[in-house]
Amino acid sequence: MNTTLAIDKTGQTTSPNAGESDPASKRIVVAYGFWIFLLSDVVLFSALFASYAVLVHATADGPAGHDLFSQVSVAIETACLLASSYTCGLMSLAINSRRRIATYAFAAMTFVLGAVFLNLEIREFASMIAHGAGPERSAFLSAFFTLVGCHGLHVTTGLVWLAVMMAQVAFKGFRPNVTRRLLCFALFWHTLDIVWVWLFTVVYLMGVV
Amino acid sequence: MNLLGKLSWSAIPFDQPIVMGVSAVMVVAIALLLGLVTVKGYWPYLWREWVTSVDHKRIGVMYCLLALIMLLRGFSDAIMMRAQQAVAAGGAQGYLPPEHFDQIFSAHGTIMIFFMAMPFVIGLMNFVVPLQLGVRDMAFPTLNSVALGLTASGILLTNISLAVGEFSKAGWVAYPPLSELQFSPGVGIDYYLWALQISGVGTLMTGINFVTTILKTRAPGMGYMRMPVFCWTALASNLLIVAAFPVLTATFAMLLLDRYLGFHFFSVEAQGNPMMYVNLFWVWGHPEVYILILPAFGVFSEVVSTFSGKPLFGYRSMVAATMAICILSFLVWLHHFFTMGASADVNGFFGVMTMIIAVPTGVKVFNWLFTLYGGRIRFTVPVLWSIGFMVTFVIGGMTGVLMAVPPADFQLHNSLFLIAHFHNVIIGGVVFGVMAGFNYWFPKAFGFMLDERWGKASFWCWLVGFYVAFMPLYVLGLLGMTRRMQHYDNLAWQPWLVAAAVGAGIILVGIVCQIIQVVVSIRDRELHRDLTGDPWNGRTLEWSTASPPPAWNFAVPPEVSEIDAWWSRKQRTDQASPVRAYVPIEVPKNSAIGFITAFFASVIGFALIWHIWWMVVLGLFGVFATLLVFAFRDDEEIEISAEQIARFERQHRAEAVR
Repeated sequence: MNTTLAIDKTGQTTSPNAGESDPASKRIVVAYGFWIFLLSDVVLFSALFASYAVLVHATADGPAGHDLFSQVSVAIETACLLASSYTCGLMSLAINSRRRIATYAFAAMTFVLGAVFLNLEIREFASMIAHGAGPERSAFLSAFFTLVGCHGLHVTTGLVWLAVMMAQVAFKGFRPNVTRRLLCFALFWHTLDIVWVWLFTVVYLMGVV
Repeated sequence: MNLLGKLSWSAIPFDQPIVMGVSAVMVVAIALLLGLVTVKGYWPYLWREWVTSVDHKRIGVMYCLLALIMLLRGFSDAIMMRAQQAVAAGGAQGYLPPEHFDQIFSAHGTIMIFFMAMPFVIGLMNFVVPLQLGVRDMAFPTLNSVALGLTASGILLTNISLAVGEFSKAGWVAYPPLSELQFSPGVGIDYYLWALQISGVGTLMTGINFVTTILKTRAPGMGYMRMPVFCWTALASNLLIVAAFPVLTATFAMLLLDRYLGFHFFSVEAQGNPMMYVNLFWVWGHPEVYILILPAFGVFSEVVSTFSGKPLFGYRSMVAATMAICILSFLVWLHHFFTMGASADVNGFFGVMTMIIAVPTGVKVFNWLFTLYGGRIRFTVPVLWSIGFMVTFVIGGMTGVLMAVPPADFQLHNSLFLIAHFHNVIIGGVVFGVMAGFNYWFPKAFGFMLDERWGKASFWCWLVGFYVAFMPLYVLGLLGMTRRMQHYDNLAWQPWLVAAAVGAGIILVGIVCQIIQVVVSIRDRELHRDLTGDPWNGRTLEWSTASPPPAWNFAVPPEVSEIDAWWSRKQRTDQASPVRAYVPIEVPKNSAIGFITAFFASVIGFALIWHIWWMVVLGLFGVFATLLVFAFRDDEEIEISAEQIARFERQHRAEAVR
């Protein structure tokens, strides 16, 4: 207990003033809260990644990753998503300088690239299911469809969100609450990109080596 | 194609008199309550002031109310189990058939953890944390209301399962393969999974909200090392929520995919892996026990320091211990299943980590003892609960360390010794903690004190009842009795189980005393009115404002320059604080979105459980439309004028002096 006492005494005299500032602005509070949400979303994905890693060899004598994955399609998907992150960044710049037409243009590009990505993913899923490699075939395929599908579901949500936000810009203009939401959307979209980079590596690259 | 999915009249268990009796009582009670509210014309008031309120204080009170109601539900399950085991010895089968008994122990665990302990802890944090931080509300007040709605929705679904269909028979942990469709084809597991998914989303929202509130919106000058300990423990608890609840959501999603779409995560065919569920479940489950206990530790810290009239001993070590527990809680999950068959090294690692977690907990206990030491202690009801906790929790902690030794655990695993251990820490820790907090902060919430005499009677019944009910279970565990037995042949166990049933009866008396305490206090509220806002001679900022606090909490943001900000302000000689100009305050507007979301969530949950697909689509559309309308609304805040604030403050000052 002596050490505790000593720490207490020294601590109180040289108290560091960490975080002693006034309450933060609304923009910072909202973005910070959304960061925390994104962290929780990453935790969700990490649980799915862990399950995938556990079950990757549990193919139940069915097809494994290298029998199924088309590298060309995945390469195009990755290119689309990375490019959409770039256009999303350009959209954020357009919003910061309040250029409405440029905002719409970059948002449209982001939307189209995201939609192409989603379309390719759905085709991949459909062809796998058509070849008898659906999620009920083996534990490996269950984990694959869940992990990749969860990311796809997030992209779908992002597309709906983006469409709603463009409607808000059209009807309400660049109000503080609209720009705050657009900031959150950009964070969300970039996070999906980061998750995809892991997904691409763990599922597709490591799956075919 | 059936329009109502799997739902039909056969879902209602007409052949089971106990279930039908309880359901009838519940339906009649709800009907009477709704009728009374209608006759008295309370609906507009309830809707305006409570249901649509986004005020953290109102939301906190509603969480606590839900928790108290669920305590009654969970406790009636408990007393039924104790009664069954007291009589079902030898050839006797007792009064509960096995499939009903299985539902009762599953419902008891689920309700007590998710719908009693969680809402109670979250309710206390909701009420107290913004007040202690010296701010006007949570970072996201409307999100807070939605989170409450989703919790209520989960509670509703769980209680509907009593009358329509059945509840899970696979225990509160629902391990596969038993919980897979093959072995549990009924809707019980689906009720469990969807109720917890929905309320889990609400809990995650709460976690995000608190972390942001505590880290980003504090009163001017309140550095991290000036935060009250309760805020620190709330921070740790909510960091754990953010890090752990998504794992539960993912795990339940996998089990749902197995059950609904024929996936093979945890099934016994197609190389599914049931043990993966157990691992994932406890990766959430172990942090969960700290999510519950850390805020209780915070309550004890506040209570012990206030009623000893001393600053908390070792504030910094208390903070360090809290954060150490926060991290260590993620490194011990495997001790819930040492018998899985992991190697001795793996079991050894998790055993040692489990023992290490006792160290910061021990630091805390010594800090509380040294705070009491030399203090001028006032033995109020919150203090009794705190001292009862210290004695009881240490015993529970020691049996926990005992089971952290893997060879010992191989003997004690799944026995009543384990049941005694975790009730020892959860009742002795969490329940005693929320009771202390309930008695401590009640006058702040309502402006009058709780009756001390009935409060003390309740405490003593709980304490004595706890020991009589659970100490025999330690003995039974050592005698080899396993958990969840509907009947047993070994007559040597019966006397101990009868004693345990008597203990449950004593706890029942304690609960009755508690109800009487609240009723008597409300009846005599004018006698016990507190006009000062600081009835306990408190130390932290929540006691610096009126009781109950106004919607805006503080007329001017409090300036903080040291720990125990309110205490130090009271000690200063220049008592008359300088007259400050009041400025208008913006508070968030009421919103029905929490209620509407909860409505649609309940509809979606019910439809998914019974495979009523059109209703699922309709519900999802409803949620989407609600969010859209909410996103497009224009004014989010209302302004409270400076005159109104000044008038309130003048009146409060005048009353406080009188």
